[in-house]
Amino acid sequence: MMDLKDLYQEVIVDHNRSPRNFRAMADATRSLEGFNPLCGDRLTLYVKMDGERVSDISFSGSGCAISTASASLMTDAMKGKSREEAEKIFKSFHGMLTDSAPPADPAAFGKLAVLAGVREYPSRIKCATLCWHTLHALIDGANAPVSTE
Amino acid sequence: MSRSQAAKADARTGAALDVERIRADFPVLSRRVHGQPLAYLDNAATSQKPQSVIATLDRYYSEYNANIHRGVHTLSEEATAAFEDARRRIAAFINAGDAKQIIFVRGTTEAINLVAQSWGRGRLRQGDEIVITGLEHHSNIVPWQMLCEQTGAKLRVMPITDAGEIDLDAGRKLIGPATRLVAVSHISNALGTINPVAEIVRLAKEHGALTLVDGAQAVPHLAVDVQALGCDFYAFSGHKLFGPTGIGVLYGRAALLEQMPPWQGGGDMIKVVSFERTVYNDLPYKFEAGTPHIAGGIGLGAAIDYVQQTGLDAIARHEQALLEYATAAALRIPGLRLIGTARHKASILSFVMDGIHPHDLGTILDHQGVAIRTGHHCAMPIMERFRIPATARASFAFYNTAAEVDRLMAGITAAQKVFT
Repeated sequence: MMDLKDLYQEVIVDHNRSPRNFRAMADATRSLEGFNPLCGDRLTLYVKMDGERVSDISFSGSGCAISTASASLMTDAMKGKSREEAEKIFKSFHGMLTDSAPPADPAAFGKLAVLAGVREYPSRIKCATLCWHTLHALIDGANAPVSTE
Repeated sequence: MSRSQAAKADARTGAALDVERIRADFPVLSRRVHGQPLAYLDNAATSQKPQSVIATLDRYYSEYNANIHRGVHTLSEEATAAFEDARRRIAAFINAGDAKQIIFVRGTTEAINLVAQSWGRGRLRQGDEIVITGLEHHSNIVPWQMLCEQTGAKLRVMPITDAGEIDLDAGRKLIGPATRLVAVSHISNALGTINPVAEIVRLAKEHGALTLVDGAQAVPHLAVDVQALGCDFYAFSGHKLFGPTGIGVLYGRAALLEQMPPWQGGGDMIKVVSFERTVYNDLPYKFEAGTPHIAGGIGLGAAIDYVQQTGLDAIARHEQALLEYATAAALRIPGLRLIGTARHKASILSFVMDGIHPHDLGTILDHQGVAIRTGHHCAMPIMERFRIPATARASFAFYNTAAEVDRLMAGITAAQKVFT
């Protein structure tokens, strides 16, 4: 059985209490809304692109600790990344939470590894992945809001 | 709060009910979750089942499983007798007058859809109005919206107050000559408010409007007399009443049901079928196309027997004591805000916490074996009304104890420690 502390690690609690990059961005290149109708979590993701590179990224909205910490950690991880790199991180993060086997080397995920414990809580995986799906759609050029359902 | 306070609360309610004996009747209540004894506080979503209900289902399938009506063999006759006997007991349970007014459906949702489509679709016109309230479950909103789209009728909503009560003064102004039907929940699933249904029925009648009462949350908590209420339709589900899932009841006034066309076509709802013409069956079979949930109907009868043996008055007294105890304990927790503070409430405690999202609280409580529900409770307009995305909701049944309330409160305090 998972210890609750593996889910609500210090880092997650800290990012929930003081989320990084938590602001609306007036001069964003693009923004997109993400919504989880099951729990009412709602966020807006903003990116400023410098050519193919994410020069700035932020989010606003309200959600649970898992969803807020995930968005905070994700925006930190995405700054300065190219479109291609961002896509790669999205895929591996998604795999970390949804692949049938846990990641062989969690350390490879850097700070994002603190979210690996969420995979033990099937009802909470969508909390962690909402912002990531929104980012994926945003980078893909989608205009319609993203929903987890 | 102390153990002695909990014991006192148990003692206070113990006069009405022997809760320990009752708990022994519910096998699932003895299981452990995450190494802790289960404290099941999600009864508004679905209730647990007593051994007598489980044994009834088992007996049907192991001893006389057969299709009902028209069978000439022994098993079919036994199954038919058991199913129709359950219908009679359900009729008596809500004082329906006649068993033919009890229509078996899948649940409250299907009952409301049946009325919306069978009664409403061929009758309503542009200019007609359906009135609901701001306290409704999605199942008492969406079927009416669909009906309004089909017919051009208009949906109007009685507002609610900050306490989570229907604003009757405002409601009075909404009910008028254009009102064809008023649909209202007997008890709010999200907030626990017990609505003044008899008064709303009177208001509707003054203007010649029909009434439908969504009783899903009411039948497990208080004695319901549909004739005393005077409503035209009453709907409820078996699974919230300690019975099986997939079975529910629509009660309707006989004259109305006679006038209404069938909703679904198929076997059992007919008298004679030829390719030119079909003669529909009498009540209640006209509305029961296809093989029904036979085991479910018989199981619901057994659940009602259990509730009646326990006694709804004793159940209500025990639950009210638990609600009072839980409300007082919740109010002592700093940063906790109750959503729904109506004067008349059933045993539902909906709340939000400063700095803790309901879903995080739900996960943390689950780790301590305490099962509550978190989210919008299929009542998004209520969340919108209180400008919150979700609430945490503990809902108590007669098998819950003050000690379980203590564990809920201890879990909330533990969650606060995680997040500070």
